[in-house]
Amino acid sequence: MLPHLDAAYNLARWLMRDPEAAADVLQEAMVRALTYFASFKGVNPRAWLLQIVRNTAYGSMALNRGVETVPIATESDEPVAAELVSGDDDPEVALLRSRESRQVRALIAALPVELRETLVLREFEEFSYKEIAEATQTPIGTVMSRLWRARQLLAQAAAAEGLP
Amino acid sequence: MSEHTPGCDKVLLVQAELDGELDAAQAAALETHRQICPICRAAQAELLRTRGLLRGEPYEATPDDVRARVMARLRQAVPQAVPPATRPPRRSWSTLWGSGIGFGLGAACAAAIAFLVVLPQRNDLVDQIVADHIRALQPGHLEDVVSTDQHTVKPWFDGRIDFSPPVKDFAAEGFPLKGGRLDYLDHRPVAALVYQRDKHIIDLYVWPAGGAPAHLASESNSQGAIQGYNVAHWSADGMNFWVVSDVERAQLDDFVALWKKAP
Repeated sequence: MLPHLDAAYNLARWLMRDPEAAADVLQEAMVRALTYFASFKGVNPRAWLLQIVRNTAYGSMALNRGVETVPIATESDEPVAAELVSGDDDPEVALLRSRESRQVRALIAALPVELRETLVLREFEEFSYKEIAEATQTPIGTVMSRLWRARQLLAQAAAAEGLP
Repeated sequence: MSEHTPGCDKVLLVQAELDGELDAAQAAALETHRQICPICRAAQAELLRTRGLLRGEPYEATPDDVRARVMARLRQAVPQAVPPATRPPRRSWSTLWGSGIGFGLGAACAAAIAFLVVLPQRNDLVDQIVADHIRALQPGHLEDVVSTDQHTVKPWFDGRIDFSPPVKDFAAEGFPLKGGRLDYLDHRPVAALVYQRDKHIIDLYVWPAGGAPAHLASESNSQGAIQGYNVAHWSADGMNFWVVSDVERAQLDDFVALWKKAP
């Protein structure tokens, strides 16, 4: 399972939208995964692990309902260094990209959670529809329509913010 | 395009194509449809724009401190992965194995370890040995020759391997011999002797010292722990010995001491 730790953290981070809450969810999920690993009979450990991460995150969100979490990408929590180490020669272009990136991430973070998780699994984990269906315990048809809606909302919000 | 009703029932196929979910025949059929459907052409253009927006977004990799916390937590949790009910303090291993509880327990331990080492991080000899030990714990892999008699196990290796490994039994000292098997480590066939300590399996790998690469010679008396397994190594009588098990360090040391002093 350890090779999938980054995937697990990434999903937890996007679901919880807060690094500390994501770390807690990750720990909890890994312990659960370890406990139930003996009963794992599937062929896709990554999807199985992310399903546990998701269930743990949903449990945590239910516990913390009403408590506001900080969105994943705000102006302040993005390190300035990331802007400086960009491969672009032109610092202005690099800065522009970095700003766009922050905006895009904020838009993803603002998506409803069921759309957000579907989009993150597809775009960042490059999960197939089948894997997303497994990890989110959702029929493939629903995965497809959620993905569609997520992309629609993202495109509309990006257009509203003047993103290319 | 509206948000909930795409406008053409094929737009989800347009999306599926971009997500690499269509086979050639489906893609060809979609292409034919797209020629006559402006909704699907527009959908494709918009999906490509959205994808461009997300391209290059950095991945949220696990920060080192979070990784360290997770590892510490898992280490702490490993004993809990094994239900206490299956760890009676004073039952002989034969009773456990006879009742089938021992097997379940062994499987739970093996699963816990397999969980941690789905992929070995380094490719050195110690990792190979631990990985081999874990593989051997899977059902049906433990012994090629099942015998508690050293005079059966030792001859079994004759003709299967180009050296004659020393075989000793320490049943009286609480480390009964269970059998042996042939393994392949460090680019050569090696003898693996299987011992049992209570519910724990101990694998002892033996091969001639001459076959060991130079960097190992310096570790002629080393020990360590990897992925929750204790590992020890020594050389004697021209042979390399590597022992790996999930028994406690002290018990493994006892085992090594017994081996070294036994005739």
